[in-house]
Amino acid sequence: MADDLKTWRELPVAMIVDQPGNTVEVETGTWRALRPVLDPSKCIKCLICWVYCPDLAIERLEDDSVKINYYYCKGCGICAEECPTKAIQMVEEGV
Amino acid sequence: MLEVRWHGRGGQGVVTSSQLLALSAIKEGKYAIHIPEFGPERRGAPVRAYTRIDDKVIDIRSSVLNPDIVVVIDPGLVKYREMITDGLKKGGKVIYNIPDPSKAEVFEGFETYVVDAYHIALEVIKRPIYNTAMLGALIGVAKIVSLDTVYDALIERFGEKIGKLNIEAVKRGYEEVKKIG
Amino acid sequence: MEVKVERQIRTGLNGDEAVAYAAYHADVDVIAAYPITPQTIIVERLSEFVHDGLLDAEFIPVESEHSALSAVVGAAASGVRTFTATASQGLALMYEILYIASSLRLPIVMALADRALSALINIHCSHDDAYAARDSGWIEFFAENVQEAYDLVIAAFRVAEDKNISFPAIVNLDGFILSHSIEPLYIYEGQDVVREFLPRREPIVKLDPDKPVTIGALALQNYYIELKRAQAEAFEATPPYIRKILREYSEFSGRKYDFIKKYMIDDADIGFLVLGSTAGTMRHVVRKWREKGRKVGLISLTLYRPFPVDDLRDAVKGLKKLVIMDRSYSFGSPYAQLYMDVAATLYDEPEKPDLINVIYGLGGRDFNEYTAEEMWEKINRPGVKKIWVGVRGD
Repeated sequence: MADDLKTWRELPVAMIVDQPGNTVEVETGTWRALRPVLDPSKCIKCLICWVYCPDLAIERLEDDSVKINYYYCKGCGICAEECPTKAIQMVEEGV
Repeated sequence: MLEVRWHGRGGQGVVTSSQLLALSAIKEGKYAIHIPEFGPERRGAPVRAYTRIDDKVIDIRSSVLNPDIVVVIDPGLVKYREMITDGLKKGGKVIYNIPDPSKAEVFEGFETYVVDAYHIALEVIKRPIYNTAMLGALIGVAKIVSLDTVYDALIERFGEKIGKLNIEAVKRGYEEVKKIG
Repeated sequence: MEVKVERQIRTGLNGDEAVAYAAYHADVDVIAAYPITPQTIIVERLSEFVHDGLLDAEFIPVESEHSALSAVVGAAASGVRTFTATASQGLALMYEILYIASSLRLPIVMALADRALSALINIHCSHDDAYAARDSGWIEFFAENVQEAYDLVIAAFRVAEDKNISFPAIVNLDGFILSHSIEPLYIYEGQDVVREFLPRREPIVKLDPDKPVTIGALALQNYYIELKRAQAEAFEATPPYIRKILREYSEFSGRKYDFIKKYMIDDADIGFLVLGSTAGTMRHVVRKWREKGRKVGLISLTLYRPFPVDDLRDAVKGLKKLVIMDRSYSFGSPYAQLYMDVAATLYDEPEKPDLINVIYGLGGRDFNEYTAEEMWEKINRPGVKKIWVGVRGD
């Protein structure tokens, strides 16, 4: 990674970012210590987890059921905290 | 270079008269600077303004300490004689406003002029704003700028209606100012 | 230089009005400002120009100076020409946004009607605010008179918006001494004349929904220092471009502008260095002192940031003594602000004059011929390094 860092001579003026939306390329799923696991049998399709997820790591499906995107999920646990039926549990990620 | 110091109180148009003099001189192609001296700005507080006029560029931007002429717009300030003559050049001129010219006193060592701007203002403008009558008196004494230029400046500043009243006040100040010593 | 009077009108304005006319004639697009004495007349006039339909601009009345500068930062990022004005406490409230404007390379022009910082409350001239902005990456000009205030605001837009520069610029005018004094000056007949010198802004980057960019993101340990290194390089590369524009403006206006002004300095033994309106008073004083046989001369800075290092080194050659006059104070520093710049500028020179620091005029204390004479007496005392003049008790 360190080899990719630019020198001051290579920086764009004021470090303006001219490639919008490039964060979709960043895999933040590797940051997890705990992973959310969904029990679909307890899910009531209220979509509270989908609203609260700060990283858009909860995907909303056609029938309003949800799927966790582990490419982006950082394991913050907000979805598990907010789920009214405890359908999401945080489990050890392991290594 | 001619240097004028104006004394008056907040609300009497002290700053305005200095502005009008400077603007009139500038209109005539002269170089002039108007410098207001602001303190705590409130109606009735003693206020000063300074005007410098010259044919060539004026560099100095300090306040005027050794005026050629002192104009006292507020009749109540005349009793502060030391303040009036402070720094005034030897043989300089004092022009002051006095409601009863029969009681006028000379400032020893200086040319002294008086005018009843008090009654001119009350008669013409119907309000105790003595500045334009005193501006007329100053021009009557020192002939720095022409009356017509001042009239133009007054119309520009105040518009036709109020401008014309002030033109009348300037004219009367110009005609009625008297040397008493 | 001959004054080109065609397409210019001779009139009488105070410094604030002159600045307002300059922004109007520069056809500024967005103005956001909060009124503060002695700058208030600038924004009053501009709001009238907009209201009367003379100036086609957005005038944003904001709730503070912090918001004023933030609003013009946003507007400038969209690519338009922007203007604001403030003084003293107002500049202090803008302080964090000063750095944002310059780091984002936004060519905002600001008039600063220099005023002392409280306490105690004072509305008159010190250079506290001008100096407070000195490290922030803004270009800073100082006007000596009302004419210069008008001209420098117009020139500042060209300087700030130049593709090789793209930094914000401050034009300083001494509070009350210039902001509220009426003087004769030449102004252009209108926007059409000024447009020939100052065409529409062509931004190097801008916010555009069709071509989105992110301005002002994050730079931590891995990038911030590179960003600042690049900013330093860009800022310090500006003087040749600023000089070229000032020369062009001199041609355009018929009035000479450069980084510094010199008066009777070439054969002088003792030089005086000043900022702002005191240059005029000191020119008057120097002329009188020359008549008395005192070999004195004057240098005043029109450009304060970037500091005109080369011009100053050249100007002081042959002087025995240089008196640096500061209208502010830097508590606990060895000397006041301008002195320290000059000392650093001359430190490596093989031959340099003795330096003396004079503190004067704080909070509008009149600097006149008598104060100048007091200064003369004090600077000629043996071993003198730092003195205050025009202060009771010294």
